[in-house]
This record gives sequence, structure tokens and C-alpha cells, in this order.
Amino acid sequence: MYAQEVKSTGAAPKSLADMSAEERAFQERIDADIKIEPKDFMPEGYRKTLIRQISQHAHSEIVGQLPEGNWITRAPTLERKMILLAKVQDEAGHGLYLYCAAETLGVSRDEMTEQLLSGKAKYSSIFNYPTLTWADIGAIGWLVDGAAIMNQVPLQRCSYGPYARAMVRICKEESFHQRQGYAIMMKLARGTDAQREMAQDALDRWWWPSLMMFGPSDGDSVHSAQSMAWKIKQNSNDELRQKFVNETVPQAEYLGLKVPDPDLRWNEAKQGYDFGPIDWNEFHEVLKGNGPCNAERMAARRKAWEDGRWFRDGLTAHARKAPARKMAAE
Amino acid sequence: MSNEWPLWEVFIRGQHGLSHRHVGSLHAPDAQLAIKNARDVYTRRNEGVSIWVVKASDIAASSPGHKGPLFEPSNSKVYRHPTFFDIPDEAGRM
Repeated sequence: MYAQEVKSTGAAPKSLADMSAEERAFQERIDADIKIEPKDFMPEGYRKTLIRQISQHAHSEIVGQLPEGNWITRAPTLERKMILLAKVQDEAGHGLYLYCAAETLGVSRDEMTEQLLSGKAKYSSIFNYPTLTWADIGAIGWLVDGAAIMNQVPLQRCSYGPYARAMVRICKEESFHQRQGYAIMMKLARGTDAQREMAQDALDRWWWPSLMMFGPSDGDSVHSAQSMAWKIKQNSNDELRQKFVNETVPQAEYLGLKVPDPDLRWNEAKQGYDFGPIDWNEFHEVLKGNGPCNAERMAARRKAWEDGRWFRDGLTAHARKAPARKMAAE
Repeated sequence: MSNEWPLWEVFIRGQHGLSHRHVGSLHAPDAQLAIKNARDVYTRRNEGVSIWVVKASDIAASSPGHKGPLFEPSNSKVYRHPTFFDIPDEAGRM
């Protein structure tokens, strides 16, 4: 998802009997669906896993602005341009909500920025693919935001209060993103032959990377088992991916577009679609930094951070001097 | 000295005359910019008619450890709720 392969403690979840009294009380609160708040006791592993997951999620929102920002100046109409601007602005807001949620766990904003810029922290693999045509903006809203919603809706029930509350806000806004993407696809799909081809080409390129967003099958992962016991992950990756395919295939059919998977078939017994194998080698290469746009994305983030330094420092200096000046004037 | 902007907590009053409500937080160099940023981030969809910002470091909070002594005393005082009292129907609307 926006947070992929988040490492937890690396150990299997402890049984209640093996926990200290504090840990047991903590786990019992989680089992009773009582939210954990910033000042409450929490095991160090819980805190660290959450920081990893939330910051990865936040970085994805921020880096995710880049592929779409690419089309703001080239949107086909003024209305489309305003809508895209609003969407990209939302993504910045989502990043902010999430960074603030992570900060309540004792990590500073600058530390998280540093981890992103040094390459230590990851962001979603999906944003390392290029946006070559206007149809890609449609495909991103429809597929990428659609896949994000699949994961974010259950996260509204996450055990950590600040993260769950951030997700409530994000989910409200995300629905606009998916619909604006689908609206672009509808327009193209009903347009000229060239426009239909453009829409099909975007679906061909974004379909598999969108399925990869959910991450590899995690049925046996100890990291997932611990995250699920702590309720910072609610569903398995395969479960969410299946749900996404089931919902998205009919939407593609409505557009008259073909999902680029020769193995895609309705399976009456499981009441869902069977689909072909995913190229996990590609996924791991992109995560490692070898995707088509990894270097470009990181360079853009570093440049923005460096180029903005004088401005951030100037505002800080002004804020420090202003009270003294005000006092002198009075 | 760190050049990280301080953290501000943001409170918004909604359309219908309710109290300001905590909506989230943000970093800003001073109060004026904190309000501007809060406008941009937290009121993009007509959420509010008024904004308060407070430096997070200026907020004093109760500690979770004191939950018992602070809040348990009110558990046993059910007579503070109107439903505690049985008023016969014959007395009319009250």
C-alpha cells in the first residue's frame, strides 16, 4: 500500500502469558478496541513499527505529488487544471496530517524529512513510475487512489488514536480523488479513437504497479502477524488486493477498456476474479531504487528542501526578532 | 539551536455556532503563519468560520496515569443526570 512491507519487531507476537503486566494491560486494551493515545504506555516495538508505517505513508503522500504535479501546467482545460491543483494540494495536506500523527510518537519532522532525503525511509513503489500522458492522471486517481482507499478505510479503525483520526480525514478527501480520476477516464473512453487508445495505454501501464501497491503475499510474515495483533494492520495484503480487483474490473468494463491480464477470469466459487501472477522481481527492484523514476523523485525532493532553506530560515529569524521589535516600538 | 518551526495545535469553529474543536496540528514560524497554514490545510472544504492556533508547548494536559483519581469520582454520581429522577406522567411535561 502506501506503506509496503513495514517491518515490525521481527519476532512473532507474544502470548498474553509471556507478557509483562504492563504489556498485558496494553494488549488487553487493544483487544477491547480501546484506542491508544500518545501519552499512554506502549511497547517500544509498537512505537517503532508505527513510526515506520506512518512516516512511510506520509512520505508517499508527499512524493506522490510529483507525478501528478507534472501535469498541472498541461491540463487540457482550466477546470481540469483547478481540479488537479486541488487534488495535489490535498496530498500535501495528507502528508501533513500523517507527519503530525507520527510526531506524537516522539520523532521530529526534521528527522523524518532527513530519513526520506537520505533514502533511509521508503515510500510507495507506485510513485516511481512516470506520467507520460494526460490519461495517466486519470489512471492514477482511479487505480492508485482506489487502491489506497482499500487500505485506508480499515486503517480508520487502527489502534493508535492519532493515526486513526488522520485516516478519517484522509478517507473523506480520497473519495474525491478516485472519482476525479474515473471522470477523466470516462471522458477519454468516450472520446476519439486516439483518446480511447490513450486511456487503454494508461490502464496497461498502471494496472500491474497498482496491484503491487498492496505488497507481496504476507500470510506467513511475522511482521504482519505482530502488526495485526497490535491492530495497526487489519487485513492481509492478498485480501485487500482481491477486493480491489473485484471492484475495479467491472469499472474497467464499464469504460470499455481491457484489463491487461490474459488470466483474468470470474471465479463463481469464490465470488471473485482469478488473476495472473505479479512480477515481484519488478516490485523489489523499484523498492530498491531501480524503478524508472526513483532518482528523479529523490532529486526533486532534495532540491525542494535545499532551495527552500533560505526561506524557512528567514521566516524563523523574523519570528525570533518580531517580539523584540514590537516591545521596542511600544 | 534547531531551526525546526514550532508545532501549533489548530482549533476550528464550524458553521453552526458550536465551540472551537481540535482538528490537528502543523508547524509554522509564528502565529500569523500558523493561522494562514491552518486556513490552507484544515478549511479547504468550508469546515470553519474561525481558527484558533496554540503553540503545542503551551498546552498543559492531564496525565493518563491520573485517569482514576480524576474521572472515577463522577462514576458514582448518577444523580447528576436528569434521568435519575422519576417524575410521574401526571405532573406533565418537564
